[in-house]
Amino acid sequence: MLEKALQGNKAYWGWIASLLVVIGIGFGFYVYQLQQGLGVTGLNRDVSWGLYIGQLTYMVGIAASAVMLVLPYYLHNHKAFGKLVIFGEFLAVSAVVVCLLFVVVDLGQPQRLMNVILYPTPNSVLFWDMVVLNGYLFLNIIIGWSVLHAVKKGVRPASWVKVLIYVSIPWAVSIHTVTAFLYAGLPGRYFWHDSLLAASFLSGAFAAGPALLLLILMIVQKVSDLKIPKEAIQTMTKIITYAWAINLFMVLLKIFSAYYSQYPAKMAAFDYMFGGYGGEQLMPWMWNFVFLGVVSLALLVIPATRNNPVTMTIALVMVFVAGWIDKGLTMVIAGFIPNPFKVHTEYWPTIPEVFISVGVYAVGLLILTVLYKVALAVQRESAS
Amino acid sequence: MAINRRTFLKAAGLTTLAGVAGHAAMELLAPGALEASGPSKVGEYPEALTAKRWAMLIDTEKFTTAQVYQKCVDACHILHNVPHIPGDQEIKWLWTDSFKHAFPDQQHALVPDRIKNQPFLVLCNHCDNPPCVRVCPTKATFKRDDGIVMMDMHRCIGCRYCMAGCPYGARSFNFWDPRPFIENIDPYYPTRMKGVVEKCTFCEDRLAKGQLPACVEASEGALIFGDLANEDSEVRRVLRERYSLRRKPSLGTNPHVFYLI
Repeated sequence: MLEKALQGNKAYWGWIASLLVVIGIGFGFYVYQLQQGLGVTGLNRDVSWGLYIGQLTYMVGIAASAVMLVLPYYLHNHKAFGKLVIFGEFLAVSAVVVCLLFVVVDLGQPQRLMNVILYPTPNSVLFWDMVVLNGYLFLNIIIGWSVLHAVKKGVRPASWVKVLIYVSIPWAVSIHTVTAFLYAGLPGRYFWHDSLLAASFLSGAFAAGPALLLLILMIVQKVSDLKIPKEAIQTMTKIITYAWAINLFMVLLKIFSAYYSQYPAKMAAFDYMFGGYGGEQLMPWMWNFVFLGVVSLALLVIPATRNNPVTMTIALVMVFVAGWIDKGLTMVIAGFIPNPFKVHTEYWPTIPEVFISVGVYAVGLLILTVLYKVALAVQRESAS
Repeated sequence: MAINRRTFLKAAGLTTLAGVAGHAAMELLAPGALEASGPSKVGEYPEALTAKRWAMLIDTEKFTTAQVYQKCVDACHILHNVPHIPGDQEIKWLWTDSFKHAFPDQQHALVPDRIKNQPFLVLCNHCDNPPCVRVCPTKATFKRDDGIVMMDMHRCIGCRYCMAGCPYGARSFNFWDPRPFIENIDPYYPTRMKGVVEKCTFCEDRLAKGQLPACVEASEGALIFGDLANEDSEVRRVLRERYSLRRKPSLGTNPHVFYLI
């Protein structure tokens, strides 16, 4: 079926070519980082994870959000999602590939990557993160590909595929939970050490992931013959609304428990993020997060703006960007500030770091484009 | 070449025999040599200093001037080829910070001037329950039976999870190739490569040769090092007599560096 990705018009090939150029530039910067060391990044002794690990965290959520299509379709027989489930699964595939690549570009000695498998260490959450991420990747590749094959042949998917689909539902929850445990299980990192973390990760992901998927599908609808059923849009935006409301509620819970208790170490992270105490790098981002979060929630809650294509699109973009500020940027960095000595060392990504990250995203988009191209071609053929 | 069952069994049998016999022969001719490939054993050498549980005491009353501290830091860093990298990507095994920073939960407005104004030595605490060991995905950082938390720099993949896990900021990452930043390379201790994490090892290399840690030797009696499990040891005697503090005891890591106040 993959050969279907080789047929396309000028715009398609232009898109592919520009992705390849971006990947090439990113790879060039990666070679530079490989030669020089991670010193070319803005990371330091105190803030030892930054943009790369933030992107890993955010994209795990995007991958996990595929379950928001799979679950209603397979468990509740929500027919409107029928043709869209495959796009959710293929978005998960490319998102997980992006996650794994961000782990690789973050390593100081990437050629030793296999040590994680050669010396399996069950006491490390990172080991389990590797297990669940790779497992989820294979699950979605196998499920997506075999379901598509069945569509092509005009038959029902094999029953073992159904089993894998049911397995993939809790598995999707596990990938974001385990990723949250990477942070929540550390002593002395007060901002992360939070039993709510996994739950708030999931709620944020179940809003931002479907928001991204819907935005991508609207673009796909413009450039192809895909038709998104109106009912599907309505269900998805409702899911996004509830998940987003729960996510913002959890932000308020954290702020309450920090400030009402007056626990200094808990307050320090929020003081820094919102008040700029000890530095101002994240402050404008956090207030933007608040603005985007509140306005998008209002747009989503009010039925008139939720069902209006223009205001809905604006709300989706806002949710996606706010989600990125929250998990892709500030969550990881703020966990390290202030450091164990209560000293504020700031971090900001460097140019190589940004270009490497953009390059990794371009790899994800390339995989997404190819998979979507195949899925669209197969669905078109089977319809005719 | 075709191989039938008979040949295979013959070959397999011979190989097993050779393996067993080879092992026996090695044991006979060079006892203990094969163990080098097994788990490392503390105290293989007769002159080595051994303990059931190593601990360090820092006598803050004896550290009267910043120079004494600097002597300890220099002794450690020169001996272990710790590079001097300016800026926030530096490498530190043993360094000093204020009371306020070393004990962030114990500072208050009326801390005595001596305590408030003097620098405090900080280093890896060689915890009983080390978070860095718990989080490491490759066992590159591990705890020895005698309590020393070690780094295998050849195993480390540079994920820096241990740095996130350590609540004492005791770990450094080689953001750059450290070698150009070392003034005089000591040929008796390995230099590191870029992309790996490193930290204080309680001078396990010196203990194996029967020497005290470099900082202890340079401290003119201000640092005491010994076996906490041995009731007659000096560390136990001093801890019985003097009041001591540990960094962040509430985190449950059980640090084994004690500050005598």
